[in-house]
Amino acid sequence: MTTVDRPSYKVIGTRPIRPDGVEKVTGQAQYGADIRPPGLVYGRIVRSPHAHARILSIDTSEAEAMPGVLAVVTSRDLPTAADKVEELGETAVNLRELSENILAHDKALYHGHAVAAVAATSSQIAAEAVTRVKVTYEVLPPVLDVRDAMRPDAPLLNENRHTKAMDGSLSEKPSNIASVVQFKGGDVEAAFAAADHVLEREYSTSMVHQGYIEPHNSTANWNSDGTLTIWTSTQGSFVVRAQVAQVLKLPVSRVRVIPMEIGGGFGGKIPIYLDPVAALLSKKSGRPVQITMNRTEVFQASGPTSGTHIKVKAGIKDGKLTAVQATLSYEAGAYPGSPVGAGCMCMISPYNVENFDLTGYDVVVNKPKTSAYRAPGAPAASFAIESLLDELVKRTGSDPLEFRLSNSSRENTTMVTGVPFPRIGAEETVRAALDSPHYKSPMEGPNRGRGVASGFWFNAGLQSSVAVSVNPDGTVNLIQGSIDIGGTRASLSMQLAETLGIGYDDIRATVVDTDSVGHNDVTGGSRTTFASGLAVHEAGLDIQRQMVQRASALLNVPEDNLEYVGAEVRSKSDPSKRISFTEIASKSGQTGGPIVGKASLSARGVGAAFGTHIADVEVDPGTGKVTVLRYTAVQDVGTAIHPAYVEGQIHGGVAQGVGWAINEEYYYDEQGHLLNSSFLDYRMPTTLDLPMIETVLVEVPNPGHPYGVRGVGEVPIVPPLAAIANAVADATGHRFTVLPLSPRRIVEELYGL
Amino acid sequence: MENFDYVAPRSLAEAYATLGNGRSSLMLAGGTDVIVQLREGRKRCDQLIDLKHIPDLMTFQVNSDGSLEIGAAAPLATLYENAEIARRFPAIVDAATIIGGTQIQSRASLGGNLCNASPAADSSPALMALGARLVIGSSSGTREIAVEDFFVGPGRSALQPGELLVKIVVPALRENAGAFYHRFIPRNEMDIAVASAGVLLELDGSGQITRARVALGAVGPTPIMVPAAAQAVTGKAANADTFALAGAAAAEAATPITDMRGSIAQRKHLASVLTVRAFEGALARIKGDS
Repeated sequence: MTTVDRPSYKVIGTRPIRPDGVEKVTGQAQYGADIRPPGLVYGRIVRSPHAHARILSIDTSEAEAMPGVLAVVTSRDLPTAADKVEELGETAVNLRELSENILAHDKALYHGHAVAAVAATSSQIAAEAVTRVKVTYEVLPPVLDVRDAMRPDAPLLNENRHTKAMDGSLSEKPSNIASVVQFKGGDVEAAFAAADHVLEREYSTSMVHQGYIEPHNSTANWNSDGTLTIWTSTQGSFVVRAQVAQVLKLPVSRVRVIPMEIGGGFGGKIPIYLDPVAALLSKKSGRPVQITMNRTEVFQASGPTSGTHIKVKAGIKDGKLTAVQATLSYEAGAYPGSPVGAGCMCMISPYNVENFDLTGYDVVVNKPKTSAYRAPGAPAASFAIESLLDELVKRTGSDPLEFRLSNSSRENTTMVTGVPFPRIGAEETVRAALDSPHYKSPMEGPNRGRGVASGFWFNAGLQSSVAVSVNPDGTVNLIQGSIDIGGTRASLSMQLAETLGIGYDDIRATVVDTDSVGHNDVTGGSRTTFASGLAVHEAGLDIQRQMVQRASALLNVPEDNLEYVGAEVRSKSDPSKRISFTEIASKSGQTGGPIVGKASLSARGVGAAFGTHIADVEVDPGTGKVTVLRYTAVQDVGTAIHPAYVEGQIHGGVAQGVGWAINEEYYYDEQGHLLNSSFLDYRMPTTLDLPMIETVLVEVPNPGHPYGVRGVGEVPIVPPLAAIANAVADATGHRFTVLPLSPRRIVEELYGL
Repeated sequence: MENFDYVAPRSLAEAYATLGNGRSSLMLAGGTDVIVQLREGRKRCDQLIDLKHIPDLMTFQVNSDGSLEIGAAAPLATLYENAEIARRFPAIVDAATIIGGTQIQSRASLGGNLCNASPAADSSPALMALGARLVIGSSSGTREIAVEDFFVGPGRSALQPGELLVKIVVPALRENAGAFYHRFIPRNEMDIAVASAGVLLELDGSGQITRARVALGAVGPTPIMVPAAAQAVTGKAANADTFALAGAAAAEAATPITDMRGSIAQRKHLASVLTVRAFEGALARIKGDS
């Protein structure tokens, strides 16, 4: 459903078939694990069985002596990495910590931490060789929960880590708290004193995983000329190249990364895990080496998102949200870098709040190093504030959506960072939710309840570079470096078709390797349709200019008397003098050679996104099982380039958010062993666990993009946690403040078990 | 996964001979558990004996006395797609339709599910409630035991070396009797019972309970019978108050553990809730409500 009028487009807003669709549904598409270079051998990782242990020794001799084993590597094979932070777009990494995460140096910091790797002529021999690598550990007490880790007497993951304040100063005593951030405005104490209603609560969420279908994989060939080729599944081939070059201390130009089709990432395929290891094994063995994780390894040792503890206090006066004070503590995993800063920045963005004081702690624990996960940091923060507001607004007697409408952020409302919003669609989503058939329907029946929640996520800009070749028959090749996860080849082709006035089917988009196009930052931060779309538009304008030049020669009309309209160039003064795109293309050889448009940019004009969701649930009073009866997601999507893909993004985000709310959690024993590292026991929702998710696309065009594009992929995971929790509170009369709302938690709390 | 030989005997005699050849064996009666266990290195064997080519193990029949005999390797789908089984033994359908997904049910068998001896297996409480017996064969003959005596511990059954589970014999339900099995899973598919309950309920003409059997899964190292729950309802009217007594006895009898699938408190609670609801389901079947 579309609720706001937009300019009349020819291609934008239609729903063509994706260019990669046929290959994918016929099984022809090549994923990382499909690649078979001649002489390929198989790598496998030796992982720590302990959550926290000093590595006293690693004896690889028995494994190396096995027939069929070609190489064994440990951290000793890695160059010493600098203690410096590298920006990856969406996330930043400290290179020394990245290196230690890839192969543990002196300490294993989580169950499943890589400590060594082997390469062998078969995967069976590699698996056996892993058991022959003898690692001696001194087991240390683990710290698994963010609050435990913050205690002054907590076991330290790193005795040399001190808390970094916002001004860069370090704490005197070592700590598991890696850093503190604070966002402050107005006077919260005064506002609380003057408020009609004030409420304070504490909330917790568990560490959760993105759950992408395709496990991490890497195939590396250390070529005899000293160059390195890597085939991998990643959200950013250039970011893989940069990280590998840094970790292995190679010139960037010597590393070529070939991105394969990707089976999901959601932020989890930005860091590198296997690539340098496969490269080192290849260097030692002289053979291409392929490593694929199994599902257990993905859960244990890739990057989930933080478990959190959030304390939040809010005040309302005369129906206005006047003050919010919150302390957000996020688990970073084994190395610093939780998304607590983003959590603070997103928490109250849907609201115009004058007084706020938000403090965030980034805390290391003996769990895998967290990575980005769809709107990283925002869902947990939103769960806390939206649950609190639900409870608080009930006390005022207002309708929760009317409250959101009257407190909504608008153009020029400042974020907690002090940056004012450009034109946004926050209140439009609330209004559309109020007007939806879902919200107008009665909520009937025992054990049933309804909840609403709003959410916010940014839109990243970053760097994009594209090239567009016009072929003699008038068709076009779009050469892109942005990884296509969610339909990018289609959405970029559609923007190019719109710019050039040609048909969608006349464009063939290809994602190429790092040697074949300029740098592109990751597909993440909801940036690609926006930022690479900007680049595609600019490249299209470049082609328009060249077409005008060529037409000038062909028509014998001065350039300044020509205009590019539709898919042709014509004389402004005599429209009968015209020449089509295809004809200019066919004569390019006689008018100056191939026509190639290109654009490289650091995108500006980002368009942030808001969503408001409505959930109806039923809670089985005997078993505590939550069934989602109906779900409506309203979102400002700017302009829906391909509405089906936008709806797909919303469906996916809601599905993940509902999983996070109801069943998903990393389940550890007291020694820090992850016990549910399988899809059986991690319990993501299946298709049978979700209703059809109704979507309402509100289109408030982003003024910073020629076609009004906003980021759409991430914000749909933000509101579901609180929408479900608020619905469960409505259904049971009991406020749950700890996620997941698993049947176990619900019956234990409801019956005081 | 280490290498092993695949053997496909064509008769029980051939199977017994293979079992006795001195090599370590595992049975393939569907493969939905054993293949995973071999792949993950949780089990190993010299030879994997495929039972799917032995006709005696692949068939089932309803006898003249109304009892049902099921070959140990008969695919679940063939059972629940049979109209007579669905009419006479709906509790078997309750279990057979939730072990694995649709594709798996074309291979998986009740015998395989029993012999895997998981405390959370779906077939066990259903067959225990029905009072089923197991026929176990070897080169030296056959023996018969009650299903509830088959389980020794998690993953361990009463099968001795050289023995095979041959068939499952389910007695006919009497007049005014009904059975029901269900489990609790947090999701609606792709999950393993957090707890489960199967009951048999027999009434007299006035609606008094004359006999009951209650079996629970996933609340102890093996599935268990709960005679106290049966006693609590026998001689009483079949109503909510009576069923609540059985529920309380079931919770009392449960000795679960806490793990990633559920907690002790949750499982004891579920033992009660599921027992009560299983009685309600069995009663509805007697009344013809479902």
